[in-house]
Amino acid sequence: MIEAFEILFTASFWVAAIRIASPLIFATMGELICERAGVLNLGIEGIMTAGAFAGWLTVYGGGDLWMGVAVAALAGAAFGLLHGTLTVPLGLSQHVVGIGITLLATSLSYFTYRIVLPQVTSPPKIEPFQPLAVPYLSDLPIIGPALFNQTPLTYLAFASAAVVAWVLYRTPLGLALRAAGENPAAVEAQGISVTAIRMGAVMAGSALMAVGGAFLTMSAFNSFFFEMVNGRGWICIALVVFGSWRPGKALLGAVLFAAFDAYQVRLQQLTGGAVPYQLFLMMPFVLSILALVIMSRRASYPKALMVPYQKGER
Amino acid sequence: MRLEPKPSSSLAATLLFPLAAVAATVVFASLLVLAAGANPFSVFGLVLKGAAGSQFALMETLTRATPLIFTGLAVAVAFRAKLWNIGAEAQLYAGAIVTVVLGTGALPLPAPVLIPLVLVAAMLAGGLLLLGPAVLKTRFGVDEVVTTLLLNFIVILFVSMLLEGVLKDPMGLGWPQSRRVIADAQLPRLIQGRRLHLGFVIALVAAVGVWIVMKRTTLGYEMRAVGHNPEAARFAGIPVNRVLMKTALLSGGLAALAGVSEVAGLKGNLTRDLSPGFGYTGIVVAMLAMLNPLGVVVAAIFVAGIFVGADAMSRTAGVPSYIAQVMVATALLTMVVAIMLTRFRVRWR
Amino acid sequence: MPIMIVVPMTVKADPVLRLSGITKRFGPLVANDAISLTLARGEVVALLGENGAGKTTLMNILFGHYVADEGSVEVFGKRLPPGDPRAALDAGVGMVHQHFTVAENMTVLENIALGTEPLFSPRFPKQKAREKIRRLSADFGLAVDPDRLVSALTVGERQRVEILKALYRDARILILDEPTAVLTPIETDALFSTLRKLIADGLSIIFISHKLREVMEISDRVVVLRGGKVAGERHTAATDRKELAALMVGQELAAPAVTAPVRGLRLMTLRGVSTRGGGTPLREIDLDLHGGEITGLAGVSGNGQAALAELIAGMRMPQEGEFRIADAQVGVWSPAAALASGIARIPEDRHAVGAIADMSVTENVISERYRSPRFSRRGFLDWKAARAFADELIRDYDVKCPSPDMRIRLLSGGNMQKLILGRALAAEPRIILANQPTRGLDVGAVGYVHGRLLEARARGAAILLISEDLDEVLALSDHVCVMYKGRLSPPSARGERTLQQLAELMAGHEADHAA
Repeated sequence: MIEAFEILFTASFWVAAIRIASPLIFATMGELICERAGVLNLGIEGIMTAGAFAGWLTVYGGGDLWMGVAVAALAGAAFGLLHGTLTVPLGLSQHVVGIGITLLATSLSYFTYRIVLPQVTSPPKIEPFQPLAVPYLSDLPIIGPALFNQTPLTYLAFASAAVVAWVLYRTPLGLALRAAGENPAAVEAQGISVTAIRMGAVMAGSALMAVGGAFLTMSAFNSFFFEMVNGRGWICIALVVFGSWRPGKALLGAVLFAAFDAYQVRLQQLTGGAVPYQLFLMMPFVLSILALVIMSRRASYPKALMVPYQKGER
Repeated sequence: MRLEPKPSSSLAATLLFPLAAVAATVVFASLLVLAAGANPFSVFGLVLKGAAGSQFALMETLTRATPLIFTGLAVAVAFRAKLWNIGAEAQLYAGAIVTVVLGTGALPLPAPVLIPLVLVAAMLAGGLLLLGPAVLKTRFGVDEVVTTLLLNFIVILFVSMLLEGVLKDPMGLGWPQSRRVIADAQLPRLIQGRRLHLGFVIALVAAVGVWIVMKRTTLGYEMRAVGHNPEAARFAGIPVNRVLMKTALLSGGLAALAGVSEVAGLKGNLTRDLSPGFGYTGIVVAMLAMLNPLGVVVAAIFVAGIFVGADAMSRTAGVPSYIAQVMVATALLTMVVAIMLTRFRVRWR
Repeated sequence: MPIMIVVPMTVKADPVLRLSGITKRFGPLVANDAISLTLARGEVVALLGENGAGKTTLMNILFGHYVADEGSVEVFGKRLPPGDPRAALDAGVGMVHQHFTVAENMTVLENIALGTEPLFSPRFPKQKAREKIRRLSADFGLAVDPDRLVSALTVGERQRVEILKALYRDARILILDEPTAVLTPIETDALFSTLRKLIADGLSIIFISHKLREVMEISDRVVVLRGGKVAGERHTAATDRKELAALMVGQELAAPAVTAPVRGLRLMTLRGVSTRGGGTPLREIDLDLHGGEITGLAGVSGNGQAALAELIAGMRMPQEGEFRIADAQVGVWSPAAALASGIARIPEDRHAVGAIADMSVTENVISERYRSPRFSRRGFLDWKAARAFADELIRDYDVKCPSPDMRIRLLSGGNMQKLILGRALAAEPRIILANQPTRGLDVGAVGYVHGRLLEARARGAAILLISEDLDEVLALSDHVCVMYKGRLSPPSARGERTLQQLAELMAGHEADHAA
C-alpha cells in the first residue's frame, strides 16, 4: 500500500508523466484553437496519426529530426485545409467531416507505410530526440529531471501552450479568433473575414495536432506502428472541455491526465498479475468521460461552436 | 461566397452529383495506385473481379456486407435524430458478448427459440450501452460523439479482458478466444459451400423494418422532428428526451445485431479482432445512403465490394489493401459535398 | 442681339453618400430595384418601409455585407468597392445593426476594439483604447463600463456599445437599423438626444424604421421604400403620418373593426406566480383571462414576456403561486398538457420554434396532434388524413403554397405565419397565446392575422396578446397590462390609460392609481 503512494514521490514517475503529457499538450492546444474559433475538429485522431507517420517517414528517409517536425506540421496543416474548406465556406457537418478526415488521414498513412515498407514484420527504428538537460535547473529534486531534462520537443510543447495563451489573450489576432467563436457576425461587422480566421485557426490547430502525433514517433517510441495514437486524439477533445477552453487549464488537465496514465502503468507493475491489465488501460478513457460529465455542467463553451456562418445572413 | 437553398432539385442533379463523387473517389484512388507502382485499370479490374466477378466473389461481398448493413442502419437511425452514435463498434461487441454468453452451451434450447432469444438479448445489450451516452447528453449536455468514441476503447479492452478470463475457451490452446457457438445458436448457411448466412436475410428484414418505422410510424416521425429541430419539437409537445432514449435503444440494438451476425453466422466464436472497424465503416455506409434505410443496403454492398475486391486484388497485384479504406473515406467526404450541391446553389457574390 | 440672362447658381454641397441604381436579387425575389438615394452632410434621412420592403438589404449593400447586382455606392465622392465591410468602415461608414453584432462572453472594450488594430500586430494598446472609449462615452452621452462583459448589460446599454463601435472607428456616416425596436420610450428619447449631439458634431445619419412617429420626430427627409422600389421621397417638415403611411403601404390603411367585448367565463388564473431561472423571471404576477376578450401585454422584450409565454405554452412550471385553468389547479404541466387543456400557442419565433424548417407542410401541421386518432392508429401514421388536413388549412387560411409536400422553409414569412395560425385555431381552442403574432409581416398579412384573432375572440376564446408594437396592443386589446422587470401592472380597460401613462409603466415608473 505504501508503495502505491511512494510512486508519487519518485523522479522517474514525474519524468514519465511529463513525457506522456507532451503529445497531449500539442494536440489539446491544437483542438483548443479550432474550437475557440468555432470549429469542432474531429479529425484530430487521424491528423495525429498522419503527423506521426510523416515525421517518422522524413527521418527514416534521411532528414533530420526538426525537418521531420516541420513536415509533420505541414501534413497537419494540409488536412486542416481540407477540413476547413469543407466545414467553413461550404458549411458541411463538422461531425461527419471530422470523422471522414480521421478515416482518410489514418488510412492514407497506413497505405503509404505499406508502400514504403511492404514486407516488414517489426517497424524499423529511427534515432529519436535525445533529452536535453537545462543546466542547474535539472539538478533540482524531482521537478528538476521532470521539467528540465526532457527532449526539446517537450520544451516546445510547453512553449506552444504559452504562445497559444499569449496570442489568444494579448493580440488582435487572438481577439478576432475568440470573437469568431462567440459571434461571427461581430467579426464580419468589424471588417474581418470570418472564413479567413476560421480556416487559419483550423490549419494552425491541425499543424499542432500533427506535431503532437510526431512526438509519438520521434520522441516517445522511435518507430511508427499501427494504432499507435490509440485514442489520444479523443482524449484531447475531452481535455479541451475539461480545461474550459482555456490554455492554462487545459495544460494542467493534460499534465494531470498524463500523471494518472503514468501512475496506472506503475500500479500495474506493483500488483503483478492480480488485476487484469485491461482494467488499468481502461482507466484513462473512463476518467475522460468522468471529466466531461463534471465539466459539462459549468462549461462556458464558445457560443458559435459548430454553428456555420453565412456572410450577410439575414 | 454564398449558398442559396434550391427550391427543388432536378432528378439529373440528384444523380449527377453523387456520381461525380464516386468518379472523384476513383480518380484519387487511381493516383494512389500509380504511386504504388501499379496500373490503375488492371487494379480496378481486379477489384471488380474480386467483388463480383464470380458467384463466390459475390457471396463473399454479401457476407461482408451483412454486418455493414446492421451498423449502417444503426448509424442512420441515430443520425436522423441527430444522435451522433460513433460507438457502433462497442455496441457490436456487446452483441457479440451476449451471443457467446448465451449461445455457447449455457442455454440448451432448440434453434427456433434460442436464436430469437439471442437476437433480442443482444439488441437489449447494445441498446443499453448507447443509452448511457444518450442520458449523459440529455441530462448533462455531454457531447455524445466523444463519449461513444471513448466507450469503444473501453468495451474493446473489456472484451480482451473477458477473452483472457471468464470467456476463455479451455480448449483453445491458450489463445484469447471464446468457446464456439453451439449448433442451435448458429445462423445457418444459405448456400452450400458458401459463407453467406441467415444474418444477411435478417439484415434485409431489419432494413425494411427500419424503413417502415421511419416513414410510417409516429416514432419515426418523432425521431425526424427531433433531429431537425429539437426546440420546435419540444414546443409542439413531442417528448424529446424520451424519443432520444428510444432512438438510442433502437440504434444500439441494430449495431449489436452485427455482433450476433458475425459470431453466430460467420466466425463461430469471439476473438479480439472480430470487427475490423465495422462500427466506423457503418458511418460511411449511412452517409453514402443519405440516411435512407433501403439505401443502406445498397451502400453496404457497395462498400463491402470495395473491401472484398481490394483484399483479392492485394493478394495478386501487391497494392496494399488499405486502399479500400482510403477509397471509402474519400467517398464519404466527396459524397457529403455532392449531397450539399444537390440542395444548394453556390453563388460567388 | 441675344439677351443674356444671368441665372444665379446656388452652390449645393456635395452629398456625403450617394447610392445610384442599386439592384439586388435573391433568386426570383427582387429585394432592391434600382434604388437611388443621397445623404447630405449633417442630415438625418429616414428610410421608411414595412417589413420586407428592402431597407435592411439596401443598408447591407452599403455596408458591404452584400454585393449589389447593379448600381454603385459613393462615399464622400469616392466609389466604394462592393462587398467589403472593411472598405466601408475605412471610408467612414458605421452601422448599428438591428440584431446587435456583439460577442456576449467578451467585454465591452474587446468588442469595440475588435478589428481596429492590424491583425498581426504583437500587442494590444488596452489603455489607449479604454481612454478613447471613455472620452466618446462622455461626449455623446453613451455611458458604459469598458471592462464589463456584454452579457451583463441591458439591451439599451448593448446598443450603446454598437454605437460606440462605429464612433471608435471615426464614422462620419452612421446607419441605424430599427434602433428603437428594443427600447422603451424613455430610452428612445435618450437615443435621440445622442443622435442630435452626433449631428452637431458633423455626422450624417440614415435611420431605418417602420415607426412613423419616430420618423417624423428625428428626420429631415424621408425616403419610403415599398416592394424594393422607392415609393416616394419627402421633406419631413412638408409631410404627415397619413401620407407616409399611404406611401408605405400603397393603399389606405383600415383599422381593424373591433366590436364590444362579450365577457365569458374566467378561463385562466395566475395569482402570485413567480418563476425562476432563464432570462428575466416572473415576480408574483396576477393575471386573469376571460373568454371573449383580448388581453394585451405591452412592454419591451426582455421584461419577462418570454417566461410568461413559456409558462402558458407548457414549457415552464411556476415556482410559486397559483396557476389555474378553468378554475382547476394545474398539476403536471408540459406542452402536451397545455394542448390538452385547450390552449393554442402562436410562438414568437416562427422559424426556430413554430415550424420545423426542413420538414414538409403536411408534417408541420400535424406536429401538435399526430397522436390523435384522426392521424394515427396503434403507432402508425395516416398520411392521407394528414395531407387532407394540410389542404384544408391551406384553403381556409389563404396560404399561398403550391403543394403540402413542399418543405415549409420555402413559404414566405406571412404564409408560414398564416399556417401556424391555422394550425393553432383549428382545434377551436378556448385560450390563445399570441406572441408577437405579426412580427416581420407585411400589412396584408398583419390585417389577416388581426381579423382571425378577432374572430376567435367573437367565438368566445380568451386571448393573451404579447406584442412590442404598442399600436397593435392598443388597437386590439380589451384590457392592457404592462410588463416591467418581471412584474405585471394591473390591467386597464380599453382607453383607460393614455399612451404616455403606458410609456411610463413600460419604463418602470408607477402610474398613480388615484382614480
